[in-house]
Amino acid sequence: MGPTIAIDGLRVNRGGVTVLHELDLRVDGGVVTGLLGPSGSGKSTLIRAIVGVQIVAAGEVSVLGAPAGAPELRSRVGYVTQAPSVYGDLTVRENLAYFARVLGAPRERVDAVIERVGLSDMAGRLVGRLSGGQKARVSLATALVNDPDVLVLDEPTVGLDPVLRRDLWDFFHELADGGTTLLVSSHVMDEAARCERLLLLREGRLIADLGPDELLRRTGAADLDTAFLRLIERSEAG
Amino acid sequence: MSPHRTGATAARVLSQLRRDRRTLALLIVVPCVLMIIVDQLFAGREQVFQSVGVPMLGLFPLISMFLVTSITMLRERTSGTLERLLTTPLTKLELLVGYGIAFASVAIVQAVVVSIVGFGLLGLDAVHSDILIVLLAVANAILGMAFGLFVSAFAQTEFQAVQFMPAFVLPQILLCGLFVDQAQMAGWLRVVSYALPLTYAFDALDRAAHMQTLGARFWLDVVVVVGTTLLALGLGAATLRRRTP
Repeated sequence: MGPTIAIDGLRVNRGGVTVLHELDLRVDGGVVTGLLGPSGSGKSTLIRAIVGVQIVAAGEVSVLGAPAGAPELRSRVGYVTQAPSVYGDLTVRENLAYFARVLGAPRERVDAVIERVGLSDMAGRLVGRLSGGQKARVSLATALVNDPDVLVLDEPTVGLDPVLRRDLWDFFHELADGGTTLLVSSHVMDEAARCERLLLLREGRLIADLGPDELLRRTGAADLDTAFLRLIERSEAG
Repeated sequence: MSPHRTGATAARVLSQLRRDRRTLALLIVVPCVLMIIVDQLFAGREQVFQSVGVPMLGLFPLISMFLVTSITMLRERTSGTLERLLTTPLTKLELLVGYGIAFASVAIVQAVVVSIVGFGLLGLDAVHSDILIVLLAVANAILGMAFGLFVSAFAQTEFQAVQFMPAFVLPQILLCGLFVDQAQMAGWLRVVSYALPLTYAFDALDRAAHMQTLGARFWLDVVVVVGTTLLALGLGAATLRRRTP
């Protein structure tokens, strides 16, 4: 079996500027892969290309052996956008019931995922009245409702409290252990420690593809933040 | 097309509308109040009310659905839910038909209530069946929805979307023949009038209300309204891009 996500020579232009430069990368199943880089480095664009909503200038993106965005992938690839994309004028349960029906998931899954993201007490509340972190969890739940094979999450833990962040990362690992392929983007380097594998993006180029321990070893840095800075300096020098 | 996903979308849009009690009340109450105002305005000149009453009744749903759809679809575009939905198995056609079913059902309620006020309370009279008037009103509502959907692609904010109403719908109402008959218009305005779909929507209502025989022109009107709806829906669908820059 090949890699879950395969990207070859991907180039994306936005507003006359090249935001991804001839990117090549592979993402495999069974582990949590972190996509890290400062904001503006092209993480969201790369994620959008993987779910097939980004117009690409060149290159190929395939997921589970099919071109990104192909109809057969649409119930197998879950996508969580950076800003919560849920209906504020519907309740938590109504939002999930709708996505469950659109994604062809059984009704029982609705309450199960609401519980999984810790919103059982809020199930009957309007999403528009929830806090930012709660909205983000509703958005995450809509992508989990049909147990997708691939989950692509754009900064899912931004603005969440530390306890919740830890719970979510534990949950991501549970999913990965169950065979789901996860690609999680973040601009916070301390989250990199929670990934088995790191893709470091800077100005639309992949500057590293390794594990967190290897990153520390290779740069001789004490923490991941410093390690990332050293990598940037090296890539600029070279 | 999956009836399941289409139905889910229609139910979802209706739940959203149901939550917005104020908008629902405005949708139903405002046309009734306007109808009463027009009736009182022409008190003593019964004929004027009879001639404008039915077309008014049939054109209200077009205006309301234009506004409601353009704003709802704009929200869907700007909140990211549209992008998210287009990564799911939901197709554009299912989304559009789902919207259509939801708004058509609201339009049916609106048209029926306004008809009860117009025909029942205010003594409005149509030569042909009241049901035909309601059907035409619903067809116009769907036309309004299709327009709203299309223009939502050109609005970046809700302010802009609202301003499209006077820009897009008012000229059509002025020129449709309700205020001035085409025969009395300046030549170039007449040409413009015949190029606008609302002219045909108005003519169909006018014939159903006032003429013994509907005639071939009535069916031409229906074909133009349905054809324009399909065209606007097609153009609207083309603006629902799965891949965006």
